[in-house]
Amino acid sequence: MDFIIGHYNYWVVIFLMMAGFYTIISRGNLVKKIVGLNIFQVSVFMLYITMSTVHGGAAPIISEGVENYSNPLPHVLILTAIVVGVATTSLGLALVVRIKEAYGTIEEDEIHELDHSL
Amino acid sequence: MMQGHTSLLLVVLPLIFAPITAVLPRGRLTWLATMAVTSICAVLAGMQLMMVIDGGVISYELGGWAPPWGIEYRIDSLNAFMALIVAIIAAVTLPYALLSVEKEIPERQVPLFYSAFLLCFTGLLGITQTGDIFNLFVFLEISSLSSYALISLGRRRQALTSAYQYLIMGTIGATFFLIGVGLIYSETGTLNMMDLAARLPGVADLRTTQTGFAFIMIGFALKLALFPLHLWLPNAYAYAPSVITVFLAATATKVALYVMLRVLYTIFPEGVVAATPTGDLFILSGMFGIISASVYAVYQANVKRLLAYSSVAQIGYMALGIGLGSATSVMASIVHLFNHALMKGALFMAVGALIYRIGSSRVENIRGLGRQMPWTFGAIIIGGLSLIGVPGTAGFISKWYLVLAALEQQIWLVVAVILAGSLIAVVYVGKVIEALYYKPPVEDNISVKEAPMLLLLPTWALVLANVYFGLDTGLSVGMAEHAVETLGIIAK
Repeated sequence: MDFIIGHYNYWVVIFLMMAGFYTIISRGNLVKKIVGLNIFQVSVFMLYITMSTVHGGAAPIISEGVENYSNPLPHVLILTAIVVGVATTSLGLALVVRIKEAYGTIEEDEIHELDHSL
Repeated sequence: MMQGHTSLLLVVLPLIFAPITAVLPRGRLTWLATMAVTSICAVLAGMQLMMVIDGGVISYELGGWAPPWGIEYRIDSLNAFMALIVAIIAAVTLPYALLSVEKEIPERQVPLFYSAFLLCFTGLLGITQTGDIFNLFVFLEISSLSSYALISLGRRRQALTSAYQYLIMGTIGATFFLIGVGLIYSETGTLNMMDLAARLPGVADLRTTQTGFAFIMIGFALKLALFPLHLWLPNAYAYAPSVITVFLAATATKVALYVMLRVLYTIFPEGVVAATPTGDLFILSGMFGIISASVYAVYQANVKRLLAYSSVAQIGYMALGIGLGSATSVMASIVHLFNHALMKGALFMAVGALIYRIGSSRVENIRGLGRQMPWTFGAIIIGGLSLIGVPGTAGFISKWYLVLAALEQQIWLVVAVILAGSLIAVVYVGKVIEALYYKPPVEDNISVKEAPMLLLLPTWALVLANVYFGLDTGLSVGMAEHAVETLGIIAK
């Protein structure tokens, strides 16, 4: 029981990671794929944040009477990764808009059909 | 004073010029600025390589923060060589880009095109320069995001779908890498590569470390387009603008291979790698990749797609070199990386010249053009011979060393696969040459003339490099030997 509760965050990470990954693979709708990609990336952000916690550690801001701080470095890394994620999402959505203009659909199988009927 | 900052300038210069080119007035000024930046970077990369050969490893501390706290650029002979390859290819591609881009990209997008090109160039150079594994991830994403945008600029609508497909696959790969880095960080508490190398032996047996290693490997196998994770590559290369196909085919996958070498030989202690079936997996995917991608190449109706499948096969050869894991085989891998950049660069440039004239690279449309465009045809012949691995061309040298490495370990199956791959290459190169020379021309193409000088000169520069490095291996093999020594790979 301790094992399950003690690793609560990690279970969430694994669930989100698998859910996102499955969405990317199984959905044919291009926007849903990007949503899946987002969930997948967010799970990694959680993984980093979770492992930066130190038992009994306070937020990493120097203040009197506190000796234990959590590790701030993963937070900073994840800020960078979030920016990268936002850029990826916006580029992906921009591509979807262009695909909709060019094909008139954002369903993967319909796009395949359109390409092969040429 | 400048000399001390060479390593940083290589990354910062194109990064600063990327937004500048975006706001420059339309016309040829943007091209000129990009051309100047890439040429300067090529010179800087050359200087950097000289400095490494003369003075040993360069360690550049960004902002004066000492590693492992600050980000360190650590240049040894392997990444100095890689940076030189990337910079030289960019510098050779740019003269070619002027006309090709004017023809293929709408005028209002040209400044943004060069801006994205410079960003991609920054990212690739950054990957080669950095000694910090998270910094590497950032540069990887800079180069990937800009290459998705560049690929989507292709003229046909399939360019959009292939860019989207690459975006999904590429982001999965990069995120896997990020997971791996996170897991390793949680065990070691450091991101600096040299520091990691020092601390990883202590935690090598932990499941977390091994999982992290697996994530990093799979992530970069996706980026490298290692069989069977290569599905994004043929479409992306086939529908991208010609210039981008040349540039990415010659640099992007090569840089991914460099990261593989770095992770396998510098960062992880030998124990971790040896305890996993990494070597066998590389050999397996290399062999399957060579055979199946070569066979696929034979059946392609579009020459660019055919060459893209051939790229997947060539990546298979490099994977074999890593998989065999001896000093000779890794050296063969590095030499093949360099030679393949030369041959695919030349071939995609020549095909780009065909597209410049007739607007298509389909086999049925290029029939008979060999007689009308003799110089372009000549480039395809020599490039093709190099791809096959005929003695006297660069392709022969690297395959020769790879066969030698396989013979050293007496793995006959690998030898057979390498030779079979070359034989199938004869078929697909032959298919292109047959269409170009022995078929009667298509009606519409009767009046087509030779490609303009500005396209032919860079193409032939690479073609002649193919011949030169087939005869004089001093630089290519010499550098690879030097690099293998730095990686500390012991002969098996």
